[in-house]
Amino acid sequence: MPRSVDLWIATRKGLWKLAGDAGRQRWSLSGPHFLGHIVHHAVADPRRPGVVLAAARTGHLGPTVFRSADGGQTWQEAEAPPAFPSEPNGRVLDHVFWLTPGHSSEPDVWYAGSVPQGLFRSDDDGRTWQGVEGFNQHPRYRDWAGDPAEGPPGGAKLHSVLVDPRDAAHLYISMSSGGTFESRDRGASWQPLNHGVRADFLPEPPPGSYHEYGHDPHCVQLHPLAPDRLYQQNHCGIFRLDRPGDTWTDIGANLPTPDSVRHDIGFPVTLHPRDPDTLWVFPMDATDVWPRVSPQGRPSVYRSRDGGTSWQRLDSGLPAEQAWFTVKRQAMSADSHDPVGVYFGTTSGEVWGSTDEGERWTCLARYLPEIYGVEVS
Amino acid sequence: MRILLPTHVQSYTGGTAELDLPDAPTLTALFTELDARYPGLRFRVIDEQGAMRPHFKAFVNGEIERDMQAALPAGAEVMLVAALSGG
Repeated sequence: MPRSVDLWIATRKGLWKLAGDAGRQRWSLSGPHFLGHIVHHAVADPRRPGVVLAAARTGHLGPTVFRSADGGQTWQEAEAPPAFPSEPNGRVLDHVFWLTPGHSSEPDVWYAGSVPQGLFRSDDDGRTWQGVEGFNQHPRYRDWAGDPAEGPPGGAKLHSVLVDPRDAAHLYISMSSGGTFESRDRGASWQPLNHGVRADFLPEPPPGSYHEYGHDPHCVQLHPLAPDRLYQQNHCGIFRLDRPGDTWTDIGANLPTPDSVRHDIGFPVTLHPRDPDTLWVFPMDATDVWPRVSPQGRPSVYRSRDGGTSWQRLDSGLPAEQAWFTVKRQAMSADSHDPVGVYFGTTSGEVWGSTDEGERWTCLARYLPEIYGVEVS
Repeated sequence: MRILLPTHVQSYTGGTAELDLPDAPTLTALFTELDARYPGLRFRVIDEQGAMRPHFKAFVNGEIERDMQAALPAGAEVMLVAALSGG
């Protein structure tokens, strides 16, 4: 018997829950939680049903993390939210941007990525947080993270914190900007992992060399059943990495280019929970001044079933014209049903879903604030 | 001293907008005291480097005070204001 699906909808003005029945036909919106708060990410804990963490701040109030143990009925604020060390010329944490539950063998562990770029860890289920100093104080941090003032709109961010399901000490992080980095010792030491990724906004590297860091991954995902397979939606394309290899392969070049408009730029990438070769992306317009809207006003999801060798446009049910939203990097996710449900939230406050792996789309909610995150519970 | 708080932080004080507290020597000390009474309040207003966050202002006896270490007069009225912060 398939279980019901809850979607946690993080927005610029608060958090909502969109609850679907087991058939995913009837949906009910509840909330807002934290009305007026900028909620960048809200994530349910797959290890502990009912536990949800939400990263929030407001225009005035500084950043914090809220935790619910009862599916969002009540919330408690972290006693010690993520913060950088107090020190001369120290960094100031603007907001928590990303939340990741830790390894299944460490049920009290969570990771958080921040703006400006920082990695934080909680060992007590989100109540208190400490910096992962192996990264935050790394001797090359300033090189890798760059100048925060030169970061993307909304701030230079650390995101896509990935934990290898085979090894709690094996972590990946990504930074916009900065690139993707790997640790095999629980965050004590790090190595860049960007070979093969384009960085069109940097000068061409000398022949035979490559940019070790400075890239702009928008979203990186690791397949839970095939953890050696990673996918990356980048500022400059879509890439796949098969470990133990260390060179990313460009799979975005295989996307169709209707009317000669490239479709390999976007924010999210979402993986099929069982098939490592199936993934979904949501292209955005990256022509001339980078409008960052649906290309030509015709939004579409693209899906690959062969690891990015070929792609199918999936726009049935979506607006056919004059629709100018896009989808942020945390705002597309998939459930574990068969067939898989795929969901995305738009910058125009709509939640769309498909119960057949993207073949047909239905609007599940509208009139919400700008959506930053859609996560399945 | 008397403390006047904006609505933004009243979720921490149980809805209370005005507090009477023992005199604090500085704004830094005042927020340490406030955090002891209302855990979590300080970090929402004061960052980890000890500075007031950009859209808050503190007025001491009606005059803006930007120095967190400036000496506060005995019996001062400290008004925390949530200033403009965008849409």
